[in-house]
Amino acid sequence: MSFIHVDNVWKEYTENVVLEHLTLRVKKGEFVTIVGASGCGKTTFLKMLLGEVSPSRGKILLDGKPLAVEPGPDRGIVFQRYSVFPHLKVLGNVMLGLELQQSRVLGRLFGDKRRLAQQLACEMLEAVGLSHVLDKYPSELSGGMQQRLALAQSLIKQPLILLLDEPFGALDPGMRADMHQLILTLWRNMGLTVFMVSHDLKESFYLGTRLLVFDKVRHDPQNMNAFGARVTYDIPLGSVDNSLCQEIEKYSSPKQIVANLE
Amino acid sequence: MKRLMNLRPTKPFRIGLGILPFIIILVIYLAASNVRLAENSRDKLLPSFDSFVSAIQRMAFEPSKRTGEILLWADTFASLERLALGVGISALIGLTLGIINGLIPLASAPLSPLVRTLSLIPPMAILPILFIMFGLGEASKVALIVIGIAPFIVRDLQQRVAEIPSELLIKAQTLGASTWLVIVRVVLPQLIPRLIDAVRLSLGAAWLFLIAAEAIAATEGLGYRIFLVRRYLAMDVILPYVAWVTFLAYVMDASLRRLSKKIFPWYHGNGVQAEG
Ligand SMILES: Nc1ncnc2c1ncn2[C@@H]1O[C@H](COP(=O)(O)OP(=O)(O)OP(=O)(O)O)[C@@H](O)[C@H]1O
Ligand SMILES: [Mg+2]
Repeated sequence: MSFIHVDNVWKEYTENVVLEHLTLRVKKGEFVTIVGASGCGKTTFLKMLLGEVSPSRGKILLDGKPLAVEPGPDRGIVFQRYSVFPHLKVLGNVMLGLELQQSRVLGRLFGDKRRLAQQLACEMLEAVGLSHVLDKYPSELSGGMQQRLALAQSLIKQPLILLLDEPFGALDPGMRADMHQLILTLWRNMGLTVFMVSHDLKESFYLGTRLLVFDKVRHDPQNMNAFGARVTYDIPLGSVDNSLCQEIEKYSSPKQIVANLE
Repeated sequence: MKRLMNLRPTKPFRIGLGILPFIIILVIYLAASNVRLAENSRDKLLPSFDSFVSAIQRMAFEPSKRTGEILLWADTFASLERLALGVGISALIGLTLGIINGLIPLASAPLSPLVRTLSLIPPMAILPILFIMFGLGEASKVALIVIGIAPFIVRDLQQRVAEIPSELLIKAQTLGASTWLVIVRVVLPQLIPRLIDAVRLSLGAAWLFLIAAEAIAATEGLGYRIFLVRRYLAMDVILPYVAWVTFLAYVMDASLRRLSKKIFPWYHGNGVQAEG
């Protein structure tokens, strides 16, 4: 049985059809990358997986059961911005997940429990290479460090599914490469199922085990919003090979690259 | 030659420039006072320096013959108590309703329109109602301050809650937070420095309502005293009292700002230090 089953899902905002006829089965442990034109509904799709937005039609099943209709600890997310809490220091940001889980009234831990949570958080921060800035506020960190912090913060909850919405968009190439290694390592070690939206095709090919291209197939020239985007290509990606990556770099739009693959 | 807008005074020069207007006002006052007193030595409108000194001596350092209290301190204490109560209660109401209205749609549906309407009532217009309901004692004065500034604080904080990026609220939920935990670990800590801002902004109005209430019905208090001695045209008392009120307001504002900077370094952007 598939882990996640998206069954004929539609999303409409009043007159505006954003996504239509979305059907998809995803196995546990897949790394799904998503590309598509701006405004075609990629973030909306992630929000539906998160439970923040519910489908207008169709249903999403997780392990055969309908997905919870609000965000919960089984699905972690890293947004492009505003992913960490500005009022908490680095260590506090990562400990928060443990504190919220174990202390339902104060949301804070004391004594031995606190020390244990601190230790776990430190290990997680070690894994993302932030052990030297435990006592800083997020505003004192660079963009890349903030994204690594956001990852550590989500992963300490050991979510089943990790949703990434253009998490590396604002980073320079060197930092991106570091983040790629990091996310791949964590994905393998923790057995996560990942959905990642990206504007960078090369990145999508490199990281994913499966690439989804969102695009509109029907157009109404009178009304731009009459039809929504679908999954127009669903491409399994094998082990990454370099020549493919170089090939990809030459192209800019999803359509071009897919045309080239066929 | 640089443009005017790009010319910046050096620090000592800037401080000097800052003091200058005060000195000019003082000199003009003294000159005008001298002229008037030379014409009529019993003139009360612009008292001389000496009469200020003796008035301050009388009000701030000698027990009153009638009550045995030192009037300035008794007045200050009475006023500050009312102000603290009024502002404190308003802050609590503001924080509670602001969070509830800003975060919980089911609660803001009935509450928001009510708060918006209440905030439009001119507080001074219902002062008589307060006197009728709460009597002429402390409660009515505190109530006037609360009615005067609480709606503003509620609406301001409600707005600040709405400005918290939805990403953060979603994120907290993915970390397992209930509505309550979102409030105590995310919304409340982010709101306290904003509450301090809102209180600072409403302090001026709080003083206004305090002095108005004291002027109408009180037996002590800074506003009461100012309006009492007005009957004798006692400018030598009124002006030092006004200066004292201004000074108190300034100290409150400045200490709230410093407190906020000290406790919430993350809120004050570039002021962030490694260890707050
Ligand atoms: N809350 C909402 N109410 C109404 N329309 C919305 C809402 N959220 C999104 N939309 C619409 O849905 C469409 C898809 O938005 P979405 O954010 O999913 O795009 P996206 O693919 O993530 O784009 P980008 O690559 O620019 O981030 C847009 O046309 C947007 O106007
Ligand atoms: Mg998006």
